[in-house]
Amino acid sequence: MRNYEVTFIVDPVLSDGEIKSTAHTYVDMLKSEGAEIVHIDEMGLRQLAYPIKKRHSGVYFCIEFSMEEAGDLLDRMQLALRRDERIMRFLTVKLDKYGVKYNADKRAGLIGKVSKKSKSTDAKSDAKTAQSKDKKAAAAAAAVASNEEE
Amino acid sequence: MANRDDIKFLSNPKIGQKRKKYCRFKKYNIKYIDYKDPDFLLQFINEQGKILPRRITGNSLKYQRKISVAVKKARHLALLPYVADLLK
Repeated sequence: MRNYEVTFIVDPVLSDGEIKSTAHTYVDMLKSEGAEIVHIDEMGLRQLAYPIKKRHSGVYFCIEFSMEEAGDLLDRMQLALRRDERIMRFLTVKLDKYGVKYNADKRAGLIGKVSKKSKSTDAKSDAKTAQSKDKKAAAAAAAVASNEEE
Repeated sequence: MANRDDIKFLSNPKIGQKRKKYCRFKKYNIKYIDYKDPDFLLQFINEQGKILPRRITGNSLKYQRKISVAVKKARHLALLPYVADLLK
């Protein structure tokens, strides 16, 4: 069993329905080829860090899926993504066991989000310390923060 | 003889001592670095969007490599900039 994750950015100029259907073409494609969809994460409209095709924002989707044997499904999917005018960018990643666990934890809400405003102190206690003791993390993180400032 | 606890110092002797750096991934047992979380990755890049060296972050080599890959993936997806100014 191999686990993959494909993230892509859909052109925000399209209507809501079109954006949804774009994402669903790939979900359906994966399903019909025998891949098992684990989760579809709609990350929504986001500001891009730099313009792509003269667009400054994009709608992010992330599909996590698993399948028994890879075959050439990934190649065909990537080719389709590349040919699709509505897709601005995509990235396919193979997940290791820690990645799978992380995604499962994230869905279960075990992993907090780093907030942008509370910069150093608790941002450093970073979320992913879900497995560790939060209080200690925050204290130590503050230590790192001051270290970096030196 | 008075041991160190009994001595009263005029100035705090701890000032100027260097705090030991450590790898936060090893310490808190973090095994996976999410490339889709730009706010987290922001801790490992400077204002210009460059990846900070291990010398500063204190990461172990294994996790520094993972960080650098994650930052590069995030850049590809336009979650982080390739070049920036006043990022923080």
